[in-house]
Amino acid sequence: MVIERIEAQLPGVVLDRHDFRGDETVVVAGDRFLEVVDFIFGEGFQMLLDVTAVDREDREPRFDVVYHFLNLTSQDRLRIKVPVAEGCAVPSLVSRFKSADWSEREVFDLFGIPFEGHPNLSRLLMWEDFPGHPLRKDYPLDGGDRFCSQDIGASFAPEARSLNI
Amino acid sequence: MGAINLDDSVMTTRLDSVVNWARKNSLWPLPFGTACCAIEFMSMMSSRYDFSRFGAEALRFSPRQSDMLLVLGTVTNKQAPVLRQIYAQMAEPKWVVAVGVCASSGGMYRTYATLQGIDRVVPVDVYVPGCPPRPETMIYGVMQLQEQISRESLSSRKEHIERFYQSLARQEERQRASGQSGYQTVREMVLEAGEQGEQQIW
Repeated sequence: MVIERIEAQLPGVVLDRHDFRGDETVVVAGDRFLEVVDFIFGEGFQMLLDVTAVDREDREPRFDVVYHFLNLTSQDRLRIKVPVAEGCAVPSLVSRFKSADWSEREVFDLFGIPFEGHPNLSRLLMWEDFPGHPLRKDYPLDGGDRFCSQDIGASFAPEARSLNI
Repeated sequence: MGAINLDDSVMTTRLDSVVNWARKNSLWPLPFGTACCAIEFMSMMSSRYDFSRFGAEALRFSPRQSDMLLVLGTVTNKQAPVLRQIYAQMAEPKWVVAVGVCASSGGMYRTYATLQGIDRVVPVDVYVPGCPPRPETMIYGVMQLQEQISRESLSSRKEHIERFYQSLARQEERQRASGQSGYQTVREMVLEAGEQGEQQIW
């Protein structure tokens, strides 16, 4: 179990953990995150599959940045969660994993979490001057568009013709 | 100089109807395919449904060479200024068919990311319902467009398109003044129109 080896090698780094049917998760603090990544890289977790985040809104710190690693030799998977408060940065993994580049830009775009050391931290999906970060829980789903959530548009139903196909 | 007997070789008509007759039977489609409706469109163009029977055989992938824009699928807010530019670049006179519910109204995507109907940013002539619509439905939609073309006057079509160009000029003016990107400018124009209960920005 890689979590035991992390705990043995880097005492006190694992804040929380759980594993369910081989689905292993550790929670580590942002300031020791790079140590853990370097250690598991040596253990064979050499592929970063995805970087995403969760907005807990009422919890402090507010966000969890979630990393999914794959061990290419043993096919084990490891999930690392890094809690981060609003406005605080997480160390970037771009220098270690190329796949972190766009994933971190996506998290930055949609959650507004900055990544320290990223070579080009700009929005990936939304346009540059888009206001707000849409995957935050306090962002309105309709983006402020009244036509989106309410039925106030002109109805074409009376004018519609029957298709009869 | 003797009298010439023309017999049946002369027919009188209105300019509108003869020009529109030619127009409706030689539509040049431009597919703006973004989702599954584009897959149905492929079926519509190929041998089983054979869209070329309706005079719209020459499919062009350049707006400069086409006059019927078929918007096939979900259009995001980020694509809205792109769609406006493509429509602006098309040869006149031009028509737009919104194929499928996403293009017509945003469909099931009631979110910040999706344009709630392309008629908010470009003029639409025919809405084809369905998710996705069957090829027959699309063909029926284009037949409705042909019927509409045969009824319209040449000047009203010109004015209709001119209204869009005016909105494009408003957009460019606003963009210059604010220094914002085209995406944000169109988005704000759509939101402001929505605040006033207006469906469209053109």
